[in-house]
Amino acid sequence: MNAVTDRPHPPPAGSGAAAPRRGSQPPGFARTVAALLRKELLVELRTLESVPGMSLFAVTVFVIFHFALNRTGVSGDEAAGILWVTLLLAAMLGVNRLFVADAEEGGFDGFLLAPCDRSALLVAKALALFSYLVVLELVAVPAFALLLLEPSLGPALPDLPGVLLLGDLGIALIGTLVAALAVRTRARDLLGPLLALPLLVPIVIGGARASAPLLVLTHQTAPALRWPLALALYDLIFGLIAYAVFDFLLED
Amino acid sequence: MLRIRPIATASPSIAPRPPAAARDRRPLYGRGLRTLSLATVAAMVLALALVFFYAPLEAEQGFLQKIFYVHVPFAIVALCGFVLGGVLAIVHLRTRDPRWDMRSYVVIHMSLIFAVGTLITGSIWAKGSWGHWWVWSEPTLVSFLIIFLLYATYQPLRFAIEDPERQARYASVFAITAGAFVPLNYVAVNMATAYVHPRVFSNTSNLPGSMALTFLVSLLAMTLLFATLCKYELTAKHARMQLRALRRRLTEEADTPARRPRSAAPSHEPPRRTAADFQTSTATAARPIEGTRA
Repeated sequence: MNAVTDRPHPPPAGSGAAAPRRGSQPPGFARTVAALLRKELLVELRTLESVPGMSLFAVTVFVIFHFALNRTGVSGDEAAGILWVTLLLAAMLGVNRLFVADAEEGGFDGFLLAPCDRSALLVAKALALFSYLVVLELVAVPAFALLLLEPSLGPALPDLPGVLLLGDLGIALIGTLVAALAVRTRARDLLGPLLALPLLVPIVIGGARASAPLLVLTHQTAPALRWPLALALYDLIFGLIAYAVFDFLLED
Repeated sequence: MLRIRPIATASPSIAPRPPAAARDRRPLYGRGLRTLSLATVAAMVLALALVFFYAPLEAEQGFLQKIFYVHVPFAIVALCGFVLGGVLAIVHLRTRDPRWDMRSYVVIHMSLIFAVGTLITGSIWAKGSWGHWWVWSEPTLVSFLIIFLLYATYQPLRFAIEDPERQARYASVFAITAGAFVPLNYVAVNMATAYVHPRVFSNTSNLPGSMALTFLVSLLAMTLLFATLCKYELTAKHARMQLRALRRRLTEEADTPARRPRSAAPSHEPPRRTAADFQTSTATAARPIEGTRA
């Protein structure tokens, strides 16, 4: 496959080698992803540059929606719409910040010098963005229930997290790909959302249609299976596409 | 006509090559342009004649329905063009030949224009049928709006990257992603649209024979128009590039690097010539470094 990572096999155990040679074999895919993800999360924990901003942005947008729509409580389609639009726009903030440190501080060069599969960066960054979105929703969804949602959130709880997680996965994959595309251009903060939002329209469609029946006063049964299924399929297809093209973005 | 041979030529030649003078006289992109243009004009005249004089009036919508013969071919050709742009981008990424990037750029550019044509003709049809310039219940129009918004970022993306090789690579990645998105988006919007209005444009399988014939001829005419316009643009760009290279050779030393202004359009001008360029074999220059990519 990749001649850079192909190495001769290490000597079999017990062959008399004095000490195990740790550094001879490049790390496997999972270990690379784990190392990169750990770095991402550590940096985020220390600098707190994405998640607090995204959460604050989401709560502020709920307040703006109250004044813009002139409503004290929403339910059904409106509630689902407001929730998903807010999550999407807050995710754009995270997408804008995702690769900025790597681009400015030479992280790309350092990663290219390492003998590991380049797609590991895609997986690690997507997982990091996914975790930021999960934390965002842990703040934003209760805030939404408090500020704008008319029916209580309790009955929606068994099904809503599943829908949100599927949507988060899609946002994370597309957001990572678009962030990598946009970060080394001149208008990176503008191009990121412009590229990502049309690609995220099917996620909004699936997510909003799946959440709308959950957020109504007379709670009905679980959402029709087609919407979560459509979300999952879209995530899968875009995951494969992103995996296939990501390497070409890193060459330099 | 002097032909600057780009360094990254990746085309093997099977037949024995003609002598240098004859080879230089053949245009790269302009071959067959006149034939194609004439065929396009003939097809469009035939299509218009069929639309206005042969196709019957539709029972429900009357004369307004005839915009169907323009709107749907616009839509089909634009969609296929976007997907073709993605396919050409895949070829570009695999061969690293900048000519494929040029073709991908032109095809996407032209499809975007055809998409605008789709939106305009669709709006006219919507206004005539339902009294509104825009209707959300027509999935073709809605998905085209989303696709238009996506591909409208293609040229700004290209313009924002200055290094031409990176510009071509990033644009190809975008073209592949967006080309895969086109059918997915259509399916998603179809699922989301409530079937309030009758959708005339959805299926063409139950068209009577005369309407089907007219539709097919219109589709053929639109495809030929697309191909002709793409070919014109490729020829014009190639000619402009050769002119620029010639002008540079006449006015400056060949060693000074070409300084072209920032532009969204790709260019496959050859890089600075070094001593190695004047050796015979260009075959080894086209392949990427062994062992770095599978």
